[in-house]
Amino acid sequence: MTAIFTYPLLALGLVVMWLLLAGFTLGQFVVAIGVAILATEGLKALGETSPRIRRWLAIPELAGLVFRDVLWSNIAVTRITLSQKATKGHSGFLTIPVRLRNPSGLAVLAIVLTSTPGTAWLDYNSTQGAIIIHVLDLDDAETLLDLIANRYERLLMEIFE
Amino acid sequence: MTFDLADVPLWAAILGSIFMVIGALLTLVGAIGLVRLPTFYERIHAPTLGTSWGTGGMILGSMIIFTATTARPVLHEILIAIFVTLTTPVTLMMLGRSALYRDRSEGNPEVPPEPNIKDAVDVKSGD
Amino acid sequence: MSAIVLVVALWIVQGALAAAMCLCVLRMIQGPRAQDRILALDALYICAMLQLVAFGVRSGSTIYFEAALIIGMLGFVATVSLAKFLMRGEVIE
Repeated sequence: MTAIFTYPLLALGLVVMWLLLAGFTLGQFVVAIGVAILATEGLKALGETSPRIRRWLAIPELAGLVFRDVLWSNIAVTRITLSQKATKGHSGFLTIPVRLRNPSGLAVLAIVLTSTPGTAWLDYNSTQGAIIIHVLDLDDAETLLDLIANRYERLLMEIFE
Repeated sequence: MTFDLADVPLWAAILGSIFMVIGALLTLVGAIGLVRLPTFYERIHAPTLGTSWGTGGMILGSMIIFTATTARPVLHEILIAIFVTLTTPVTLMMLGRSALYRDRSEGNPEVPPEPNIKDAVDVKSGD
Repeated sequence: MSAIVLVVALWIVQGALAAAMCLCVLRMIQGPRAQDRILALDALYICAMLQLVAFGVRSGSTIYFEAALIIGMLGFVATVSLAKFLMRGEVIE
């Protein structure tokens, strides 16, 4: 698999996307394979390395955790937005040190934190290994720090490092 | 592929409607937050309501209705959900970074200062 | 029966999304700064995309999904380039 496709995940994603858009027929499958080969060859010219996934089993666990957190924080942010006091003095910046160094892992962490309502990724400092996030409700800062350090970071390090 | 609204099975109509109404109302709450919240960094949280469960609810509702009516799985809406989930964090991150950069270059004391290699705390106390 | 349920639900959905779009435009007019306007534009794109999904259900046609996907992509590219401009425009000043 890796001999033909330098980026197996990208190739698989492209094939699935093509089939979903164009319909599941044999002809479209052949075209999809062709597109996937062309795209991976194109990306190979750019010389990016494909992220290597060490432990596949941690991915469903991470996805389930993110799904649940996004659901709960949707409810929490809805309550904050519609309440009368509307975050007076409850929001603020947090600087969090992270042990994660893998670029793909950091990218996934950034996407997870930003797509969760209530937390937004702003900056990453690679020399200090610290991220700056903005939190809508700082009252839960302890829970949030614990969640990032012990759940997300641990799972991402298992997956990517 | 088209169908009439009367062809939709009743259970799919009710279930799909519930999901779509939830999604649309969450998007509306996000827009209300965009107007109500006082500072930019608080407002940046508001659209994520619309892009996480707002989009998710709408997509799920329309998937249920289309799948039940055409009696075969209609899954390509899920591409919209995946696309929105992946792109919104990127745009919000870039926007947040550029806002942070602008605030820092203007010397706005409310944002965390540029981390100095010597010591970030020194810079903060100097404000 | 199911047509009534769907028509009522779609009225609510499209009304809520239209109100959300109006609020985004309000924030875009108010500002106060460029980043607020760009954020409102991004939210406006998302609302327009969801509006197209609702249109697709109302007309029972899948053609609107491609349109929604394209709107989403245009919104992404527009917001990224505008955010990039915010950073670089300041550097040149």
